[in-house]
Amino acid sequence: MDSLYYELIPLLPFAAFLILGLFGHWIGERAHLVAVPAVVGSLLLSLLALADVAGGRHTSIPLYTWLTSGDMRVDLGLYVDRLAAAMLVLVTGVSALVHIYTIGYMRGDRGYARFFAYIALFTFSMLMLVLSDNFLQLFVFWEAVGLCSYLLIGHWYERDSARAAATKAFIVNRIGDFGFLLGVLLILATFGSLEYRHVFGQIADIAGQTLNVLKPFGGDWQVSTITMIALLLFVGAVGKSAQVPLHVWLPDAMEGPTPISALIHAATMVTAGVFMVARLAPIYELSPVAMNVVAVVGAVTMVLGASIALTQFDIKRVVAYSTVSQLGYMMMACGLGAFGSGIYHLLTHGAFKALLFLGCGSVILALHHEQDMRRMGGLKHDLPVTYWTFVIGSLALAGFPGTAGFFSKDDILVSAWMAGSLGKLLSLLGLATAFLTAFYSFRLVFVAFWGGRHHDAGHGHEPIHEPGSVVTVPLMVLAILSIAAGYIGIPEFLQPVFTSPAGAASHADLPHGGPMATVIMLAASVLGLAGIALAYLFYVAEPQLPDRLAQSWRRLYELSFHKWFVDELYDRTIVRPTFRLADRLWRRVDVAVIDGAVNGTARAIAWWAWFMRLVQSGQTQHYALGMMVGAVLMLTIYLFF
Amino acid sequence: MAPISYYLVLSAIVFTTGLVGVLIRRNIIVILLSVELMLNATNINFVAFSQYFHNAAGQVFVFFALTVAAAEVAVGLAIIIALYRSRATINVDEFRLLKW
Repeated sequence: MDSLYYELIPLLPFAAFLILGLFGHWIGERAHLVAVPAVVGSLLLSLLALADVAGGRHTSIPLYTWLTSGDMRVDLGLYVDRLAAAMLVLVTGVSALVHIYTIGYMRGDRGYARFFAYIALFTFSMLMLVLSDNFLQLFVFWEAVGLCSYLLIGHWYERDSARAAATKAFIVNRIGDFGFLLGVLLILATFGSLEYRHVFGQIADIAGQTLNVLKPFGGDWQVSTITMIALLLFVGAVGKSAQVPLHVWLPDAMEGPTPISALIHAATMVTAGVFMVARLAPIYELSPVAMNVVAVVGAVTMVLGASIALTQFDIKRVVAYSTVSQLGYMMMACGLGAFGSGIYHLLTHGAFKALLFLGCGSVILALHHEQDMRRMGGLKHDLPVTYWTFVIGSLALAGFPGTAGFFSKDDILVSAWMAGSLGKLLSLLGLATAFLTAFYSFRLVFVAFWGGRHHDAGHGHEPIHEPGSVVTVPLMVLAILSIAAGYIGIPEFLQPVFTSPAGAASHADLPHGGPMATVIMLAASVLGLAGIALAYLFYVAEPQLPDRLAQSWRRLYELSFHKWFVDELYDRTIVRPTFRLADRLWRRVDVAVIDGAVNGTARAIAWWAWFMRLVQSGQTQHYALGMMVGAVLMLTIYLFF
Repeated sequence: MAPISYYLVLSAIVFTTGLVGVLIRRNIIVILLSVELMLNATNINFVAFSQYFHNAAGQVFVFFALTVAAAEVAVGLAIIIALYRSRATINVDEFRLLKW
């Protein structure tokens, strides 16, 4: 079988997980010797697969029939096309670099082997998700990556905050996944099959079909089935890709070790929602309503994330909110039909955001787990490699001309401009957000790396130094990719995937170039530079200015600093009422009814036993009398009944 | 030849006497004797029916019952002696340790 190596791509990390999961206790500090080769092997095979697919081939490999029930049959299979191959390279690439980085970052941690086991499991799950050829497989691995995320956020489970963040991430994701599951079930009910190619093949016949949403309540509200499916699946994407209103888990997820933030919460898992929307483009393209919802949710997320990132002080949180914002960009692009642009940004973002997180990790490691940027400063002399790679990552995030982020963001903005009047509005929002993005990313650079030292790491006794080559080499590789990814022709590579006949406004049909494209490109560049300049003004030239502004615009500052009070809102409206309800259920139902019934049974039996033991008088003749009465009774029954 | 009902009535009287003796007497030896009365009442029944049906099996059974009863009395008396040694009484009311 010539394509055996496709199976090996996910199986290598899985094997590493099994070995580390079962024998991690004995492997201990040598865990990376198992995990790193497996993931690097997977990366090499992914590159092979990419070369294969670039030749125009796309392959479907059935692995085995997973379950059959009546007419339903679900095969576990791998589907490799250009989109999947690009994602494969992103996932295995970032995963391999993060694995190497982890050797340095987690050295001496008690859970060293456990950590490697979980990231290997995550890599496997993510690869299977990307390679899915049916909705059930997609759903199962969608859940599996969520589980890995939970396990890894809670890696330092001794900390209350880590446990709370892990639980929060899991619960918020579950809310989204519930919608996703409903979507999958609706697909099964509508198409009778869960395989992509059957569903996509029949989709044109279903287009006009409607569904009465209020049927169980006796109402009548006809909704297009396709729209319903698309929206339900999108609920899952909202949870997984941290879109408004389910974005609250992602910043808290920064409680996990930094390599996880880079791998799961920046480059791969959180982009699964965007990937899913792009993968299911044939469904979304048939539902303008769903597309608009996707676009608007994406745009809102984009603006909200950027506005919060402006005022945060925890460096990882700044980067986390910028991730939320960038995911909004991708989602918006998908919603406007520019799936190719969305995936393009996903791939470049994977590189530069992983770089930024790993850079943060390097700073945190050098400063002995200090994360508050106000207590940093002046780090550019102590950590030159981290500084320069971080600057490159920030430039890419800010969309500085020439970097990968510039090309992909520009691609999104131009495609958005071409996509109708909604697109024009969102494109302008995107431009405004690009300005904010440039500002907050360079605020981080200037505050953390420039200026005087505000930290007391090691109390000045030991010099701060770069954490070693396992940390710096991944940074340098990602820095190169953050620039190079803009020049290797990703949009042209992805183009064939999204040129389906049904694609009304797909990326390929858009006329590229034109005067407007140049204007947008210039505007984005100028705004990006302006953002950087403003950050320079605020934090280097005129350091009192931010505080003065915060004083005079108190309300706005508070709104941003407290993350638009979304957490507080959820706490009031959902979390606390749920706790109250649970408390009531505990006291009124659990204690009163259930415990009451159980304890009541025991008490009744005890009372009866107390009564019955009076029979045990110890008098032989009482027992003899009992025997006689019994014998008489038995005889009576025998003779007369 | 007396009709079988005579034997049965006799047996019933002896059995009832034994039963009442077991239930109301306090002296363990008398209780043991009463148990013997109940056994012998059944023996009378066996013999009477054996003759009535012209079947020797009933009489054979009585031999077994007598043998077992003799053995039982031996064990019972031994227990009574042991009880007497420990409590210096054979009044059944005094032995009520096995209670709640």
